[in-house]
Amino acid sequence: MKTAVIVFPGSNCDRDAEMALRQASGQDPAMVWHKDGTIPDGTDLVMVPGGFSYGDYLRCGAMAANSPVIAQLHAHAERGGYILGVCNGFQILCETGLLPGALMRNTSLNFVCKPQKLKIETSNSAFTSAYGRTSEISIPIAHHDGNYVADEATLDTLEGEGRVAFRYVGNPNGSARDIAGVISENGRVLGMMPHPERAIGGHEGGTDGVAMFESLMTAA
Amino acid sequence: MTDTSAIIAAMQAEQTETDAAGHGINAEEWHRLITRLNRKPNLVELGIYSVMWSEHCSYKSSRRHLSKFPTKNKHVIQGPGENAGVIDIGDGQAAVFKMESHNHPSYIEPYQGAATGVGGILRDVFTMGARPIALVNALRFGDPSHPKTRSLVAGVVAGIGGYGNCVGVPTVAGETEFHSGYNGNILVNAMAVGLADQDKIFYARGATPGNPIFYVGSKTGRDGIHGATMASAEFSEGDEDNRPTVQVGDPFTEKLLIEACLELMATDAIQAIQDMGAAGLTSSSVEMADSGGENGEGIGVEMDLDKVPQRETGMSAYEIMLSESQERMLMVLYPDKIDVAKKVFEKYDLDAEVIGMTTDSGRMVLKQFGETVCDIPVAPLAEDAPNYDRPWVEPKKRAPLDISKYPEPQDYGEVLLKLMSCPDMASKRWIWEQYDRHVMGDTVDSSQSQGNAAIVRIHGTNKALAITSDCTPRYVAADPYEGGKQAVAEAYRNLSAVGAKPIAITDNLNFGNPEKPETMGYIVKAIEGMAEACRTLDFPVVSGNVSLYNETDGIAIPPTPVVGGVGLIEDLTKVATLKGAQEGDVLILIGETKGHLGASLYAREILGLDGEDAGPPPPVDLETEQRNADFVRELVEQGLVNAVHDVSDGGIACATAEMALASGVGVIFDPTVKSGIDNRAWLFAEDAGRTMLAIDKDKTADFVSKSAAANIEMDIVGQCNEPDARDLIIFGTYGGTSLSRLREAHEGWLPGYMNKVD
Repeated sequence: MKTAVIVFPGSNCDRDAEMALRQASGQDPAMVWHKDGTIPDGTDLVMVPGGFSYGDYLRCGAMAANSPVIAQLHAHAERGGYILGVCNGFQILCETGLLPGALMRNTSLNFVCKPQKLKIETSNSAFTSAYGRTSEISIPIAHHDGNYVADEATLDTLEGEGRVAFRYVGNPNGSARDIAGVISENGRVLGMMPHPERAIGGHEGGTDGVAMFESLMTAA
Repeated sequence: MTDTSAIIAAMQAEQTETDAAGHGINAEEWHRLITRLNRKPNLVELGIYSVMWSEHCSYKSSRRHLSKFPTKNKHVIQGPGENAGVIDIGDGQAAVFKMESHNHPSYIEPYQGAATGVGGILRDVFTMGARPIALVNALRFGDPSHPKTRSLVAGVVAGIGGYGNCVGVPTVAGETEFHSGYNGNILVNAMAVGLADQDKIFYARGATPGNPIFYVGSKTGRDGIHGATMASAEFSEGDEDNRPTVQVGDPFTEKLLIEACLELMATDAIQAIQDMGAAGLTSSSVEMADSGGENGEGIGVEMDLDKVPQRETGMSAYEIMLSESQERMLMVLYPDKIDVAKKVFEKYDLDAEVIGMTTDSGRMVLKQFGETVCDIPVAPLAEDAPNYDRPWVEPKKRAPLDISKYPEPQDYGEVLLKLMSCPDMASKRWIWEQYDRHVMGDTVDSSQSQGNAAIVRIHGTNKALAITSDCTPRYVAADPYEGGKQAVAEAYRNLSAVGAKPIAITDNLNFGNPEKPETMGYIVKAIEGMAEACRTLDFPVVSGNVSLYNETDGIAIPPTPVVGGVGLIEDLTKVATLKGAQEGDVLILIGETKGHLGASLYAREILGLDGEDAGPPPPVDLETEQRNADFVRELVEQGLVNAVHDVSDGGIACATAEMALASGVGVIFDPTVKSGIDNRAWLFAEDAGRTMLAIDKDKTADFVSKSAAANIEMDIVGQCNEPDARDLIIFGTYGGTSLSRLREAHEGWLPGYMNKVD
């Protein structure tokens, strides 16, 4: 599987994403610089990593959504390519319109970093198939703006179409209906606040993210 | 339109002794200045002298005592004197680290003060060519009941998180304490650790004449002017009006600066580099000039201040030179590398300008609007800075605490609950959950396990660095010599406990006004105690910072010399942490318990003794400390230890309680295990050199013989989670408490305090 990671000037989980993709695919992902980079032809999966894309002093991800590389990301999505947006990446995918909803400040108003229990809502997706019958996992979260909001109709649609990928067990940020991650209509784009790339073994984050990357490797 | 002639006239105006006094330069220093200069300075020159000779930049009260620290062992590549210390960690790699205070600014404006403290310490580390991989902070706040404390905690924590989280460097460890002695002067000490290749380390020294001086990063504004001078004076009520001298941080720009500098450092473009921290462009250019030349003989600099990127119009040379605007670096480039450098900074949309040249004149020459506004010799600014031998008096020794005068507690369970939920011991989860501890993907153990030291993997290897920060101000106040020893010894013990070989320390010496002989006595004796510990433990000081004048309305803070220790773990599969104690494990205490309760947490929290009558701190026998710590490290390396915790505040009872909470197992103690020692002393004494281990029950005999063979004092103190005591911490017949009650008390205090509505 050919993979790529978009690097915005304030991305800070790009190296973590690179490590996870390399570990899963056995190949180096293309690191695509926001200004001039192009997503290489034949890329199957693009990861939009966490961080503070352009400082995010305004609305998180709002400036990134207008960055030069986003046109290429749209084209990749239209081709039916896979996209995984984590944390700031999720915020950016919402800002670009590739996913519905938006992420507001945590209801506690504080940044929160901790291991977070998640309920897997569907294993019938390109992102979760390898979890099989596992229903609960622990993945680290680290964000200030993870409070997912959308109008009731949108939320109903997401639930009705099985597009809620993960729900928080013990809501850490006030997200509507405990939603931690949502999938696009075509099933190819996932945005989530928790960091699966920080749960690939060897450190405090645990190993529960490994199956997500395994799922993706078999998807394309 | 800027009236340039008016600015020039003001800059060139000759200054008087009264003007100098307004800049914090006393009569003696004024005479030294005009003698060196052979004339009176103008305003720009006076401003430059005042910051370079400030306590903050010149260490004029502490320099002669700091020289007592050992600064070398076989691992040290760079000791004090550069931006940060550098140690050899094998395989051609180096760890680069330093701790620095941002106390005064954080009290005045907690968010920005703390944020820019983090930014500043990160720059010290990446200036040397290292990628920052970990942040640590040591915080001291006033009494929780003081009206300012809560908002200071909230602001400082948000500031540290806001900066570190955005830059993308994990905040992996820290300590937070409260005491009324910090009501008017909080302490915000930040430490950064970086990773570099030994053949790619950059220094401030070594610039030669004829090369371009290159300014990169944020534009210069009027913020932070005279911050270094402010940090060198006492506070009094109403000093919050100093707010404009606190800088504003921009972590996004810092992130760009890190990436751009590291990218440029991979080429051979930089001859010397210095970040612009306290005293901004002044100290960075003076330090590079003073340590320049092939043999460090010093060089000159000539800069055209009109070329300095400026955020505001009409700034004077004085303001440009003294601004402490953040996220700026100064480099001396090789002459043919300007284009290479500009291209890198263009990629990151950062300002980058050649603002002058190095010269062979030994002078600092500054021009603005085509006029010379400063022309002074460099050497006196640095080398001839005042170096005082301040008078000091020997701190008074305390009489021992006689515990028999005080009644025994009715219920030891209640005592444990009280200790574990007191502000200093209560869980700081509310704080560290606001810090990103996992970014960069190498955090093996952080504050999350509430253990002895953080463990951060060396990227792409099976090795790791262990990092800790330690100080017990209670002990230092009671006896600065023993307290200083203890701070260093505890760092050594904490690193050893997780299985790391301690290598070196950085320090942050926080004290009151050195012009008072009593305070100076504490500074001198604490340094001497630390120095002795560093020597005996082969644990040298490689970098550090001194923060004096932490005093408000004449009252000094408790003496707080914080130690940041770094150790090396050669094999990540052989570590131990606080979590990991198993049901049925035996609890083993390494080290001798004599029952010292003087200056203990028990004395303060349970007996209410917090001064003279609390008695002296536990003495530290450094040879025993080292032998015990080395023994524990060997046990950990052999994989024999399930969980480990150093014994400090609150004695073995609190150490074990913390282990039980982290591991989720209960404990049964036998308080009568040690004959001849008062029960209170057995459980809560803070004798040095001790570590608590949880081991498999069937390894007990092996442990007993191992410690006997090594001549190590050892006691079996209890068991984990025996079937009849699930979820309980029991002190035999003396009482007990359930793990869930303990957890609630321990975890509940800080969120309860922060979320309280008055």
